[in-house]
Amino acid sequence: MAAFALTLPSWFLVREDGGRMARRSGNLKPSAGGEDDALVARLRDGDEAAFREIVDRYGMALLGVARMYVKDRAAAEEVVQETWLAVLQGIDRFEGRSSLKTWIFRILANRAKTRGQRESRTVPFSAVAAADEAASEPSVEPERFFGTDSETPFAWAAPPVGWPEGQVESREALEIIRMAIDSLPDAQREVIRLRDIAGWTPEEVAEALEITDGNQRVLLHRARSVVRSALERYFNPEVATS
Amino acid sequence: MIGLRKPLACQELVEIVTAYLDGAMSRRDRKRFEAHISGCDNCTTYVEQMRQTIAATGSVAEETIDPAARDELLEVFRNWKTAR
Repeated sequence: MAAFALTLPSWFLVREDGGRMARRSGNLKPSAGGEDDALVARLRDGDEAAFREIVDRYGMALLGVARMYVKDRAAAEEVVQETWLAVLQGIDRFEGRSSLKTWIFRILANRAKTRGQRESRTVPFSAVAAADEAASEPSVEPERFFGTDSETPFAWAAPPVGWPEGQVESREALEIIRMAIDSLPDAQREVIRLRDIAGWTPEEVAEALEITDGNQRVLLHRARSVVRSALERYFNPEVATS
Repeated sequence: MIGLRKPLACQELVEIVTAYLDGAMSRRDRKRFEAHISGCDNCTTYVEQMRQTIAATGSVAEETIDPAARDELLEVFRNWKTAR
């Protein structure tokens, strides 16, 4: 069907191409290795611009991930700062076996876990529990489908209506998306930010949050479904039921 | 035919769109998904909306680090550099 034009992300194509992806932990962009090497070399030389670059690139994501492990923002900020210091202190030992990004987030996870244990907080199991909870939430309100007493059970009763071309990326729509994401439970919010805003691969997200591939997908699916519903309420208020 | 599962229902399809887009489905489930889509305009619209949602979310600006926190980190960097 012509309307069903799927754009598959590049890492999906890599996977289909014989599963090379599984052995390459972390960043899959072909250029990542060279880009990382250059950044690492500059960091070792004490180039402040290089440090600024990685701080700007990963700073907020680090904070978001840290918040999955420790109880409050102040503690998360401390963990992030400890992480950056550990990154600098360890940069001479970085061997490039994983991407720089994966390495940084692994340091963060270790620091955050140590901190979380001190707070006797059993995270990031919270993300695992949150995935279970998310899985039990329907993506679309059940009232929008026919019931078992109908001739077409479980088919759309109140189907979605196509959105106006080009409007989904209007400033208003983007604001709706941002608000919907902000309102999500922590685990869903972090996963959709990492996957769909920052463009991480499923593997990178699963590794950084120490959850399974299935868990990150459940959280992402729930988050995306909530965002789609928010857009639908905006574009088709007559269809959306809640 | 043995093992041929019943067709996917619309209400089931909406729960597995992300698995489909992630390529995290068995070949058989993917075929079942695509068979449904090819005959269902409503689900085609739904999947298209999910795709539009994902693309638009990708246009949302990443949050930037708080300037004060950034300055603090640059201080950490300078101290590290001096001590090196």
